[in-house]
Amino acid sequence: MNLTLRVWRQKNSQEKGHLETYQAKDINEDMSFLEMLDVVNEDLIKEGVEPIHFDHDCREGICGACSLVIGGIAHGGKKGCTTCELRMRNFKDGDTITVEPFRAKAFPVIRDLVVDRSSMDRVIQAGGFVSANTGGAPDANAIPVHKDVSDTSMDAAACIGCGACVAACKNASAMLFVSAKVSHLATLPQGQVERENRVRKMVAQMGAEGFGNCSNYYECEAVCPKEISVKNIAKMNREFFKANVSKK
Amino acid sequence: MSTVQVKPAPSQAKVTFISSSIGKKVFQAITGSFMFFFVVGHMLGNLQIFIGQDQLNTYAQALKDVPYLTWSVRFVMIVCLVIHVWWGIQLYFENWFSRPIRYVVSKTVQASLSSRTMIFTGGGIFLYVVYHLLHYTFIVTNPQYAGLHDSLGRHDVYSMVILGFQNGWISTVYFVALFSLSYHLVHAIPSLFQTFGLNNDKTKFKFDVLGWLVAIVLFVGYSIIPAAVLLNIIKLPEGVL
Amino acid sequence: MKLESKVPSGPLAEKWDKHRFEMKLVNPANKRKYSVIVVGTGLAGASAAATMAELGYNVKSFCFQDSPRRAHSIGAQGGINAAKNYQNDGDSIWRLFFDTIKGGDFRSREANTYRLAQVSNNIIDQCVAQGVPFARDYGGLLANRSFGGAQVSRTFYARGQTGQQLLLGAYSALQRQIGLGKVQMFPRTEMLDLVLIDGHAKGIVIRDLVTGEISSHAADAVVLGTGGYGRVYNLSTMGLGCNVTAAYRAYKRGALFANPCYHQIHPTCIPHTGEYQSKLTLMSESLRNDGRIWVSKNKDDNRPPGEIPEDERDYYLERKYPSFGNLAPRDISSRSAKEVCDDGRGVGPTKYGVYLDFSEAIERLGKKAISDKYGNLFDMYNLITAEDPYQVPMRIYPASHYSMGGLWVDYNLMSNIPGLHVIGEANFSDHGANRLGASALMQGLADGYFVLPYTIGDYFAREGAQNITTDRPEFREAEEAVSARMKKLLSINGERSADSFHKALGEIMWEKAGLARNETDLKKAIEEIVALRKEFWQNVKVLGSNESLNQTLEKAGRVADFLEFAEIFCYDALNREESCGAHFREEYQTKEGEALRNDKKFAYVSAWEYKGDGVKPELHKEELEFENVELATRSYK
Ligand SMILES: Cc1cc2nc3c(=O)[nH]c(=O)nc-3n(C[C@H](O)[C@H](O)[C@H](O)COP(=O)(O)OP(=O)(O)OC[C@H]3O[C@@H](n4cnc5c(N)ncnc54)[C@H](O)[C@@H]3O)c2cc1C
Ligand code: HEM
Ligand code: HEM
Ligand code: SF4
Ligand code: F3S
Ligand code: FES
Repeated sequence: MNLTLRVWRQKNSQEKGHLETYQAKDINEDMSFLEMLDVVNEDLIKEGVEPIHFDHDCREGICGACSLVIGGIAHGGKKGCTTCELRMRNFKDGDTITVEPFRAKAFPVIRDLVVDRSSMDRVIQAGGFVSANTGGAPDANAIPVHKDVSDTSMDAAACIGCGACVAACKNASAMLFVSAKVSHLATLPQGQVERENRVRKMVAQMGAEGFGNCSNYYECEAVCPKEISVKNIAKMNREFFKANVSKK
Repeated sequence: MSTVQVKPAPSQAKVTFISSSIGKKVFQAITGSFMFFFVVGHMLGNLQIFIGQDQLNTYAQALKDVPYLTWSVRFVMIVCLVIHVWWGIQLYFENWFSRPIRYVVSKTVQASLSSRTMIFTGGGIFLYVVYHLLHYTFIVTNPQYAGLHDSLGRHDVYSMVILGFQNGWISTVYFVALFSLSYHLVHAIPSLFQTFGLNNDKTKFKFDVLGWLVAIVLFVGYSIIPAAVLLNIIKLPEGVL
Repeated sequence: MKLESKVPSGPLAEKWDKHRFEMKLVNPANKRKYSVIVVGTGLAGASAAATMAELGYNVKSFCFQDSPRRAHSIGAQGGINAAKNYQNDGDSIWRLFFDTIKGGDFRSREANTYRLAQVSNNIIDQCVAQGVPFARDYGGLLANRSFGGAQVSRTFYARGQTGQQLLLGAYSALQRQIGLGKVQMFPRTEMLDLVLIDGHAKGIVIRDLVTGEISSHAADAVVLGTGGYGRVYNLSTMGLGCNVTAAYRAYKRGALFANPCYHQIHPTCIPHTGEYQSKLTLMSESLRNDGRIWVSKNKDDNRPPGEIPEDERDYYLERKYPSFGNLAPRDISSRSAKEVCDDGRGVGPTKYGVYLDFSEAIERLGKKAISDKYGNLFDMYNLITAEDPYQVPMRIYPASHYSMGGLWVDYNLMSNIPGLHVIGEANFSDHGANRLGASALMQGLADGYFVLPYTIGDYFAREGAQNITTDRPEFREAEEAVSARMKKLLSINGERSADSFHKALGEIMWEKAGLARNETDLKKAIEEIVALRKEFWQNVKVLGSNESLNQTLEKAGRVADFLEFAEIFCYDALNREESCGAHFREEYQTKEGEALRNDKKFAYVSAWEYKGDGVKPELHKEELEFENVELATRSYK
């Protein structure tokens, strides 16, 4: 199939970007969206045009590197699917597809479709961990954990840190991402000691990074490739409230 | 060198509950729910119009007779409104500036229209409240109501309301405002539970339904009054004008 | 050059304890005087950086991704082994050790493998303490599964995302140290050279991938945890950024490259479909617990799978290896798949695929049980192929997956260059000629949490803090060489993209140095690689400049290194005139077509030394001594 792409091109963080139109010819429907871009890039290189830059690594939906807002939806709109897993069979011959970077104040564009998501790392640095130095851990089976608790925790822990939630949120809020981590650790017995401190610090850092506030749009959940539920946001709200009451 | 060291070390970022992103929302929700209770109470009060002139005017007088109570409620409502509006606007701008460069193409997958228009429905409510106070409470827009008294010499709220709604323009303003309010609440009600952390996958849908129910009940409960007046179901008592 | 493994003397089970006692310690108050560079933030790199920072060393950590959390380890699906024996099914440290060394076809260093099994238990404890949500039983205790041909259930897992959860554990420990200021993190940074001062590794040259700036960092020691070189085949299960550059640059500075030809081809991946393909997706090996592998008994059978009657199906693994059946080790399963496809009995559009069929398991256990176990894998398969594995059998085929070979290290995980330590998949030490499932994660974390943080202290204590700065001329020289190389790549301005060279290289390697190798092909491969490399340096087209994010330039640099490295790979395969583990030389097989090892001649580690560009590297041998296990022929019949 043949497609028309309108792709955001931006030389660097200072330059103002713009949309550029390219033709994607002879696209096979088994290709992933990124493989389609590879094909376009190969053509661009032949023409002497610098290829379109985009982040990617694992190409199987787990590293969280790939991003892109495709046709106005982060990761392209197929449920539970990252851009790298999105197949071209989801598009029709002749479609025009607009491809933009994830946009947020906290995600400045580095080049073309590549953005700087280090703000998310810094939120984790603020408290998204259990302070367990290597070596002192008790036997792994010393504390039994109810299977349901462990499963709930895993549901939240599945977040790949892609930032699509931020990209999709009308407020560019990182609540889903942050709440996934808060919830993952607050659910497990291992996360109890630092529970209050963790949520206080992570919420503070989230604000400092310039993410927006949550208006409970639930748009984040709709695009999240790991289908992280917004119930985690409710949980984080609860945790934050309790933490501020307890002052532990 | 790398982008990572540009920002302050995370451990330094501190925030109080009120100034935090979540805290502001909690206050929105608290103030919103207070106002919600007022709106419900006010509706029940107003509906007494269907019982008759005496009932409504008695009720209005009764409220005037407990100034400490009414003034405390008024005080709370004013504070709530001010906080709610102020932070509503502030949140709106903060959120807007969280994405300085907008998308060229942007689609919405599941965020409801109600949720995305909170600032406008809220703004509508605010303008309406101002008008409404000038209309019925301070009787500025239609000074002629001031002279209305019933046979017991009480301010004739009953007649005032009917007179007001007999004017099609005024009723239209009310209908629009009531729609704004109801539509605000379509999102506000479920949102409130989420903000208070009382939501989960199982309750989510139920709260959404609750939001619609509340909105519909409020819309019907309020607009039935101007509707009844326009349809001549409730009429001015004999002798007024 | 004499290769000293530095394996401590004494009984196997006591070596590590004894060694830990004998190693010198750095006084806690002095630890902050030492600095260490850790390249890589995979399981190995992240765990090492975090642990060393906890101990008090000053750590600088580097990765080329935009966040340390995205290192390739994140993709591991199946699980991690440990000798906990929680299932009471007869597991022990010794059994894990023995399985690993046997799985590796007796080509690994006994003491290293034993130590790996020993510390495996601590890993699970550590990860649980960090909040890794491993799968649990209804009683709340940890669940295990049997994996990759093991006859005990010793694999711990977190759904199909074990690598992710373990890496996020290590990443969170690393993030904590970054927050505390003990680790300085440099994401989007690529190491492009190693700097030696008086023969010791004391720094690296890096390129900031955002600004293109080339600069150096100095430290008291350098640790490489830069992963495997599987993308020498271009198509592989590995992340697209995985490269040999860091290891190869170290090799060019004198570090020995050990056993490059030991490279695992994983049996269960979604088959290749077209030219454009950039990646082969792994379908977790755990699928083989319930799926049955088969092809038609007839050549060129074009009937859809449902129409092939039971008696015309060849469940070839069950037939050939009755006791292990579909769970036969990876090298054996992969090779068998190739055999049936070469025989013209493959399935799917390219005829390079075999069926992995769940119909029998679905009948026996019910669809629900199967979807509980493998639901996410089935979804992923469906997403990629648009076929529903509940209805039609999956199609799978082997793909490049894991590098057993890597930089040579001694028992302390230090290479022959003093100060240069190598951990995780980047080193060669623990898996011999073939790695068992769920043991790479174990090794990465063993190295990073529990081995290197001890052994590096010994190096520091012996050498003392040196406060070397990047003002030394050695750094300038290396930086200039790197800059010159970038300029060179940018100035060629030929006709072909770096990607197209990578694809061409991949084809050569897959055809001639892949699942089965022979002398003629390997020699031809070397000729073709040399020719391709020549063309690369005359005809590659790299656009843009060095002074910005330039992904084609990054790619070209990596391909250039693969083009050199591939040659050593082939030399090694040529030199090893035996079949062992993943290395199968067609000339050396039994009558039944099984691998024929030659312990008399080849029970050694091949370690290659760089001798100059275009010059054949020199082979050094580390003889493998087996004091505790008997070298037996592997049999999975
Ligand atoms: C699909 C898949 C599934 C797997 N499943 C399992 C499993 O179930 N069980 C199991 O035990 N093993 C599994 N493995 C193997 C295992 O994941 C890897 O062997 C292991 O994670 C390697 O970890 P590492 O830390 O050594 O390196 P990696 O995780 O590869 O990390 C390499 C790091 O080095 C950095 N780096 C590389 N080059 C440079 C450079 N030049 N400059 C700067 N930084 C650089 C990268 O940024 C990265 O941070 C699987 C592998 C794959 C591909
Ligand atoms: C009777 C009047 C009102 C009631 C009952 C009401 C109620 C509510 C409630 C319950 C919420 C939900 C809070 C949450 O998400 O948890 C809310 C949100 C909001 N309200 Fe109101 N409100 C009223 C008037 C207004 C007014 C006058 C404005 C004017 C600016 C306004 C603006 C907003 C905004 C912008 C939000 C969304 C905040 C966010 O989620 O970011 N509201 N309101
Ligand atoms: C059909 C709809 C409504 C009718 C008939 C109505 C009627 C009235 C009347 C008659 C009064 C004056 C009472 C008095 O001073 O004695 C009043 C006051 C008031 N109304 Fe309404 N109202 C309606 C809807 C609303 C709505 C939707 C809101 C809020 C959003 C609202 C908010 C108020 C407020 C804040 C006051 C002032 C209360 C006070 O004096 O303390 N009203 N209303
Ligand atoms: S919550 Fe979902 S969308 Fe957000 S970062 Fe995590 S995986 Fe991505
Ligand atoms: S879309 Fe945004 S508003 Fe909240 S619920 Fe999700 S973060
Ligand atoms: S490239 Fe890794 S998630 Fe898409």
